Amino acid sequence: MAKKIIALLLAVCLIASFCACSGGSKTGDTIYIGVYEPQSGSNGAGGKQEILGMQYANSLVNTVEVGGKTYKVELVIADNESSTDKAISAATQLVSKKCSVVLGSYGSSVAIAAGDTFANAKLPAIGVTCTNPAVTDGNDYYFRICFLDPFQGTVLANYAYDQLGAKTVYCIGELGNDYDQGLINYFKEAGEALGMTIITESFPSDNSDFTSYLTNAKNQNADVIFAPCSISYAQLIIEQCSTQGINTPIVAPDTWDSNVILNAAKGTDLNINVTTFFAEGGNPEFESGLKAWINGDSKNLANNGGDDTISAVTVMGYDAYNVALAAIKAAGTTDTAKIRDAIASLKTTGITGDISFNEIGDANRNAAYIKNANTETGAWDFVAVQGVA
Amino acid sequence: MSDFISANLPYLLAGISTGGQYALIAIGYTMVYGILRLINFAHGDVFMVAGLVMVYVSASFGPYVAIPVVIIATMALGFIIERAAYKPLRSAPRMSVMISAIGVSYLLQNCALYFTGGLPQIYPAIPFLAKSVTIFGATTKLVTLITPVLTIVLVILLMLLINHTKMGMAMRAVSKDFETSQLMGIKINNVISITFIIGCFLAAIGSMLYFSNYTSVIPTSGGMPGLKAFVAAVFGGIGSIPGAVIGAFIIGICENIIKGLGLTEFSDAFTFVLLIIILVVKPTGIFGEKATDKV
Repeated sequence: MAKKIIALLLAVCLIASFCACSGGSKTGDTIYIGVYEPQSGSNGAGGKQEILGMQYANSLVNTVEVGGKTYKVELVIADNESSTDKAISAATQLVSKKCSVVLGSYGSSVAIAAGDTFANAKLPAIGVTCTNPAVTDGNDYYFRICFLDPFQGTVLANYAYDQLGAKTVYCIGELGNDYDQGLINYFKEAGEALGMTIITESFPSDNSDFTSYLTNAKNQNADVIFAPCSISYAQLIIEQCSTQGINTPIVAPDTWDSNVILNAAKGTDLNINVTTFFAEGGNPEFESGLKAWINGDSKNLANNGGDDTISAVTVMGYDAYNVALAAIKAAGTTDTAKIRDAIASLKTTGITGDISFNEIGDANRNAAYIKNANTETGAWDFVAVQGVA
Repeated sequence: MSDFISANLPYLLAGISTGGQYALIAIGYTMVYGILRLINFAHGDVFMVAGLVMVYVSASFGPYVAIPVVIIATMALGFIIERAAYKPLRSAPRMSVMISAIGVSYLLQNCALYFTGGLPQIYPAIPFLAKSVTIFGATTKLVTLITPVLTIVLVILLMLLINHTKMGMAMRAVSKDFETSQLMGIKINNVISITFIIGCFLAAIGSMLYFSNYTSVIPTSGGMPGLKAFVAAVFGGIGSIPGAVIGAFIIGICENIIKGLGLTEFSDAFTFVLLIIILVVKPTGIFGEKATDKV
């Protein structure tokens, strides 16, 4: 008898959930912007910070006028779990939700993996901080608003050579990660052209023991360590550097620009330098608004890593949302192919500077900010704006 | 010479300490296999949950209160998993129990994903483990030195328990023959529960040592150490406790030497190649019991 009742209840639940689905079907006055970001996995922390920027932008402006009609703008978030094998299903989810444009992803590998899915659906995507050239290369529907790895790698190599006086650099990245290995390659090209010795090693995914790698770096007399890996690994590298008493300066790319790194580095004697898209203090009015918004909700605060330090990826997320809105407005329609053309010819100014796209779909950017982790205050110190000579 | 030592000692130290941590997990695999003939795939995830419990309890009550809480909570978790997911399947085919174990593993991972929101959690510093020490010019955490000693002490205690107590005798009997030991008046459900509780106790200790060294806990943290500990258990001969410990130390040390030789890409591949070789050459592992065919 009890089993029959349970079976009946389950059946009722099932029917109820179907009803809920059909009840949630959308009305004609809403435009959906897809958010294609990792919320879990090794890039989860960074992805969440990037989403925060979009959510903040959405909280300020959540309507757009298209062809004389005001549409409500809603974010549809899909989690790609930082993993290339989950990427396609997350991307397909956004396509089937009838998004007009997609933002993301943090982490180039997943962006590359989903590129074809977006292109086949003729759904334009705007990469926010995915810096690997292969994201937009040969894909008419993928754009991006950040600088590229060949540029970033060269900037970092120059910085290591000029400012840190490096002769030997030890590079470490995750095996099979396009972002890590791409940057190491560009760093190596630029570094060897400058006359530095570059040693490269890789670690397997989910590795947590870096002591042997750091000992390798020490034994080969590296003056600088270059570690273009995701934040979860970065945190372990910092921790193990400090417990092993290795205080070789570290240079790192945009992924390391996160308060997770600051918290890990606080109280150590490490010298950590990163290149990034935005330096805190550049636009006080915008920053105080964003901080107030983050502090206003404990969920946002947790997603930002527990404090209100503004990460560059958050600001980039904010800019990406506004680029998408401007493009929809310029297109004057919700037709995704027209929105794509509007993005290609768009010229706008965001918090992080002027944004326009070249024929490949990459942003025209020629400057990176370099910041240094202050291990006493646990904040970033601005060092320089660096271009490539 | 002293240069040589200070340059290469860190590899050996890292190897011994990871070996010790794998050993503590491997014992859990090997004991459960010895008694139930079940590969408990959820064991690596129990290890991860122990890490997360430490993160959350320590944030509110400090590390000294957290240590006993973690140990008790992990043991309770092992008990509950056994009662809820394995006991009802006692008479089912072995394959069903194994699938149930895989299910528990994913359940634990997804619960962890839900609670942490996918963000890596920083493991708290346990004061007496996280202290830095210098030996022969190589700096490391105290936990690196404590791990092998603690592992060996725990293994000796466990061997005493198994060979010289009534409970140990019951365990050995159950592992030899399920039905006969039941007929002899052994409460096999209690024996099996205790096996799980001991395995989880060791996993809890292992997680404290492991995460004190590698201070970030993510929902998949249990995956790799769990898998390697499993390889260690097979390598040493699954079902044999000394075998699991020796296998774990061999894997931990070899892995780090390979990284030291500059073949970093192959450190994981090595572990699994070793597994294949062992299975081909000596299918029962180093200390494995000979398979006897009952006619």
